[in-house]
Amino acid sequence: MKNHAWRPFLVAGGAVALLLTVRANVVPSDFGVNGRNFTYGFYRKGAIAYWKAVKVKYRGREYCQDCHEDKEKAIMASPHKIIQCENCHGPAIDHPDNPPKLTIDRSRGLCLRCHALLPYPGTNRASIPGIDPDEHNPRQACVDCHNPHHPNLEDMK
Amino acid sequence: MNPSRRKFVKTALAGGLAAALPLSALKMLSPAEAHASIGNDKVRWAFVVDTEKCVGCGLCVKACKLENEVPYDAPVTRTWVERYVITRDGKSHIDTPKGGRDGFTSPKIRDEVIPADEITQAFFVPKLCNQCSNPACVQVCPVGATFQTDDGVVLVDRSWCIGCGYCIMACPYGVRFFHPVYKTAEKCTFCYHRISKGLKTACVQACPFGARQIGNLKDPSDPVTKIIMTQRVAVLKSEYGTKPQVYYIGFDERVR
Repeated sequence: MKNHAWRPFLVAGGAVALLLTVRANVVPSDFGVNGRNFTYGFYRKGAIAYWKAVKVKYRGREYCQDCHEDKEKAIMASPHKIIQCENCHGPAIDHPDNPPKLTIDRSRGLCLRCHALLPYPGTNRASIPGIDPDEHNPRQACVDCHNPHHPNLEDMK
Repeated sequence: MNPSRRKFVKTALAGGLAAALPLSALKMLSPAEAHASIGNDKVRWAFVVDTEKCVGCGLCVKACKLENEVPYDAPVTRTWVERYVITRDGKSHIDTPKGGRDGFTSPKIRDEVIPADEITQAFFVPKLCNQCSNPACVQVCPVGATFQTDDGVVLVDRSWCIGCGYCIMACPYGVRFFHPVYKTAEKCTFCYHRISKGLKTACVQACPFGARQIGNLKDPSDPVTKIIMTQRVAVLKSEYGTKPQVYYIGFDERVR
């Protein structure tokens, strides 16, 4: 074969070599069939570590009770014991280091999540004491009268 | 001696090829063996939603958004709560204002007042990723950016996702969305960072009524496994063959 006939082959070979070099450098070494098969398990293994490293923000009641024992005792003696501290006080994250102070949600809307009256007899909503937010002291904060840690009506402020 | 040289080259080539073929490639696996080699033999995460217990407070949605850094005011969420109100005329009134993030505080549904004496049934249905055994979203990903872990959770590789949106289209349950900050596909991870540390998911922990539970299907003594094995549970859109792993107690055919 003449020399000129080899040139396209060389160019094609060079392109393939370039592609393979780029591929070897760009595709991470842990990329491949790591799971059950190609259809469902073709991925980069490092992605699992990424998702495991997400910061835990909601620490749970057990985290709060070590320091706030008195508050924990009060709430555990009330019907509100089923509600996690962080549902109202916000996620603890690394409190007291970060954030040093949690922002408490004292809004009407927070209480109304459960205590707005809905006429649904088949749901557990019906067994929760409910009010009509437009009739029951509208625009006044619930916590002005009700203490969420002692929610019974005898302990009203 | 051309013929014998050709024969030699042929034999050498065939022999070389045969030697290069590993023995394991010729081994026949029994279906049981093949099945056992799939995934993790100790953990398979599954979820139970008890719609009888849900009151529509939406604390799960709030906790999920804050825990997983989903932009709080963007109209996207990894989990949401739907309200179904069925009236005497057989009509279904369905809504999920802000995904139920702020709960359901008004009896109005899409600005429509439904008289209390017209209501025959009303219930709340929390929804989240079903972590299917045969996830359609993973099948369609052209780059291998979404996948199923050995313990059955479907995750998205944010550094690998090209944002084409095929998976968002493929999911029959509409649980995937486009993350407004990362510009990649986003979905519920069953709080993978929490369950892999032995914690419950943020939504399970936040639910005051025990309407949400997560557990390990491969542990026979797990409360979630016991519910799935002994109670009447149903999954969403079983006809799609995706084998969803979020089981519903108190299921209604109107829930799609």
